[in-house]
Amino acid sequence: MTLFQMFQANICSPMVLAFAFGIVCRLIKSELAIPRDLYTSLSIYLLFALGLKGGVELSHSEWKQLLMPAIATIGLGCITPVSSYLSLRYLGRFSIADAAGIAAHYGSVSAVTFIAAEKFVFANLGEGSVSPFMPTLLTLLEIPGIQIALAIGVIGLAKSKRIRDNASGISTQDASSPSLGAVWHELLTARSMVLLIGGMTIGCIIGYDGFASVKPFFDKGDWMFKGALTLFLLEMGLVAGSRLADLKHAGAFLIAFGITAPIAHGALGVYLGSLAGLDAGSCTVLGAMAASASYIAAPPAVRMTLPEANPTFYLTAALAITFPFNLLVGIPLYFRMALAMVGHDSP
Amino acid sequence: MNTITLTLLTIIAEALLKDRLLHEVRRAGAKGFTVTDVSGEGSRQRRVSEILGDNIKIEIIAKRETADNILVVLQKDYFPRYAVVAFMSEVQVVREDKYV
Repeated sequence: MTLFQMFQANICSPMVLAFAFGIVCRLIKSELAIPRDLYTSLSIYLLFALGLKGGVELSHSEWKQLLMPAIATIGLGCITPVSSYLSLRYLGRFSIADAAGIAAHYGSVSAVTFIAAEKFVFANLGEGSVSPFMPTLLTLLEIPGIQIALAIGVIGLAKSKRIRDNASGISTQDASSPSLGAVWHELLTARSMVLLIGGMTIGCIIGYDGFASVKPFFDKGDWMFKGALTLFLLEMGLVAGSRLADLKHAGAFLIAFGITAPIAHGALGVYLGSLAGLDAGSCTVLGAMAASASYIAAPPAVRMTLPEANPTFYLTAALAITFPFNLLVGIPLYFRMALAMVGHDSP
Repeated sequence: MNTITLTLLTIIAEALLKDRLLHEVRRAGAKGFTVTDVSGEGSRQRRVSEILGDNIKIEIIAKRETADNILVVLQKDYFPRYAVVAFMSEVQVVREDKYV
């Protein structure tokens, strides 16, 4: 299948079409809205199912196989926030807070992009073509990127305040910030983290036998999960569509960043995945994870710690640029990269 | 009926500040509060973000001194950085001991 044919097949999937439909609804100013409680319920279901199925598979995996991919994932979690911050701050001339706020989103991961990438690989290489421990890597990538970017932002702001105070000779009183402990607590108890880790732990305990009783409801391959994901993507389309007007405030650099950063991070993810010994399907998913930008865990953490960062920038970049880019173009691209680097039959 | 005048302090803020604000309210000595989910727009005609959740309204009935102490904290730590508004009014209550 050529890359173009792959894009074509991807665009015609129910999930992508539902996302596009959501954007169209906003463009024609339809009053359609998914109730907030349904959105929350769908995200709880998807994240818990993802963790649960991952845990079940993990209970039958060799822990040694996980070591190198885990190191590669943590490496990605350390590199992507720094590369994002540096390009936004020094090439894009964003303020310290804005650059760090956006970097926190790009350092973390979008679980829905992860699921979409997995579905894409399954559609092209068949079920089971992605390593069972990938949800574990998803949880590993969730936090370090946010913490590193927030640390860069907080330290950078403190430094620039010191320079300002020294120049003026007046020490301005600083507004209180949440403690490091409070930020860690916020991240570790965030909905996505708790559901993934909780689901995975339960999955590990119950194994295949225990999972059989709830399989029709939670199995990723089943109609229920796919249906919920399609509805969730309709909501994502509505949210992305409502942020399209903010693109003009985002500026050309942020739009370019929202497309080039995922390509660069995706390529790095695929490459590190291949070095860690992952197969082509798993490399694709790792690439998509590295390329994605968080919009569940990162926004509240950034808002709490770096309120100086403009939410229009980080939410528009993550939701209206990078998410649709990955869904439409990125995932097939990382798949081709993975096939080129690893090949289909390689371990 | 014998009523007494106390101060009703109303705070409207981003929902993610809920725990921190309630901590400040308790620290200032308020005996109780009511929290409601609300929505609306401020002077800039836009919400911080629908992704970050709706707004909350915290209502506290307390002595004027307690309300002033909470306002001082809001003025110093929250107004410059977050989407928060607060206002006070006088209210007539019975059972003063429930509030102070």
